[in-house]
Amino acid sequence: MSAKEALLNVRNLNVAYNNIGAVHDVSFDVREGEIVTLIGANGAGKSSILRAISGVIPYSGAITYRGNDLKQIPADQIVARGIAHVPEGRGIFGNLTVLENLKLATWQRKDKEKIASDFERIFTLFPRLRERKKQLGGMLSGGEQQMLAFGRALMTDAQMLLMDEPSMGLSPVLVRDIFQTIAEINKAGKTILLVEQNANMSLHIASRGYVLETGRIVLSGTGKELMGNPRVKEAYLGG
Amino acid sequence: MIYIFQQLLNALQLGSIYALIALGYTMVYGILAMINFAHGDLFMIGAFFCFLIAVYLHLSFVPTLLLSMLGVACLGVLIERLAYKPLRNAPRVSAIITALGVGLFLENFTLALSPYPQHIPELITNTTWNFGSLSISSLQIIVIVLSLVLMLVLDFIVHRTKTGIAMRAISWDKTIVPLMGVPVNKIISLTFAIGTGLGGAAGVMYGLAYPVIDPYMGIMIGWKAFICAVVGGIGNVRGAMIGGFILATVEIMVAAFFPSTYRDFVAFSLLLVLLIVRPYGILGKPQPQKV
Repeated sequence: MSAKEALLNVRNLNVAYNNIGAVHDVSFDVREGEIVTLIGANGAGKSSILRAISGVIPYSGAITYRGNDLKQIPADQIVARGIAHVPEGRGIFGNLTVLENLKLATWQRKDKEKIASDFERIFTLFPRLRERKKQLGGMLSGGEQQMLAFGRALMTDAQMLLMDEPSMGLSPVLVRDIFQTIAEINKAGKTILLVEQNANMSLHIASRGYVLETGRIVLSGTGKELMGNPRVKEAYLGG
Repeated sequence: MIYIFQQLLNALQLGSIYALIALGYTMVYGILAMINFAHGDLFMIGAFFCFLIAVYLHLSFVPTLLLSMLGVACLGVLIERLAYKPLRNAPRVSAIITALGVGLFLENFTLALSPYPQHIPELITNTTWNFGSLSISSLQIIVIVLSLVLMLVLDFIVHRTKTGIAMRAISWDKTIVPLMGVPVNKIISLTFAIGTGLGGAAGVMYGLAYPVIDPYMGIMIGWKAFICAVVGGIGNVRGAMIGGFILATVEIMVAAFFPSTYRDFVAFSLLLVLLIVRPYGILGKPQPQKV
């Protein structure tokens, strides 16, 4: 794969908290239109990678998006450049209504007409959000909050979505729905970098995946290859 | 009866000033969960700006008010950048001590420049209308109307604009806000500018109503306005306004019917009782569990 076609390049990324390394020398690419998944156990450094890309934690190494270095760019400008982050635990503002949560995500946008049509698109994709648009974010169920978190990321009009454990804390039926939604969002043209502990579901929908162990990439391949890999099977797919 | 009405009118005037100052405490607390104990002294600076502009630039009331608000707002933003921002992730008590230090600095800096009480010239020709034994002054009307207008504008900003949504989002969880594309530091600066600007406006109006000003005038009024903010429910904009009017009404009514030395004693006792009954304040809510 040539570095030029890739939408996002991560090269030799290192992240440390209080001098304790969380991510070591991680390099990977995400190409336009792909779903790339980072799988690994709790504490493997997956969230740190996403947070480095979004510019909310310091790092060493290089992260480039569409060929532009993202270092020194403040987090709000990274959203403006087209990367939206759906945070772990969904990060819904419980004191804002559903509509206000969505509106806030349009901060960097000036295209009023497209914003209006995007609201319509999101309410068509998630009819529950339309029903509850005047309710406070804190009153929503876990599944509804996840829909709102996706809706917000889409309202930023970013090309690339970073998703941190979207299935966390949801019932098995909802988990299936959530992964189906991710696949749909991808089909509609968004590039997705998905961090998950649910390796089975995420490898199923992913074009490619990377396996992280204690902050290092130990394996990579297409979704299918990784699902067939005995090491992955044993460690992440329950034998 | 007319006597009570007269006292209510006085309470409305004092309450407007308390409410304007209380808004500054509550906005900063709402967004940073920090009490800006220098806020009462920024109120004092507002009165001194008013004095300087009126005496040396000979401007009339409206430009004096606007320039004083702007000056205090800039000072508020500067204080946040230099003194509070470096402590944003430090223990809360450090930020509170810093705020007290900034307050002492402002008092003593002003004292160094102006060791004697100053007299603000009359910027508005004060006419008094008498209806029987009820008297209303034009200054009273200006203070009340202007405060109400400022509060309505603020309420609109907080509840109806995207900036207001961002402010409320920051008060919920400021780590998530940048992921929405919102420049958090700019919103925090703007919040300080608005909050301290309102405190500056209160300083100007107080200075017009009680024209002798000194560097320590912000201490007691600052504490009282802080109590108003807590009584209304700290972090809640409408609560701060309600708290301001409640405290002023209690104070004025006590002074009207009892020896005036009872005023603060009765007022603070009532507030203590109210806080026992409603520890989160009148409009405050217990902090909901974050999922």
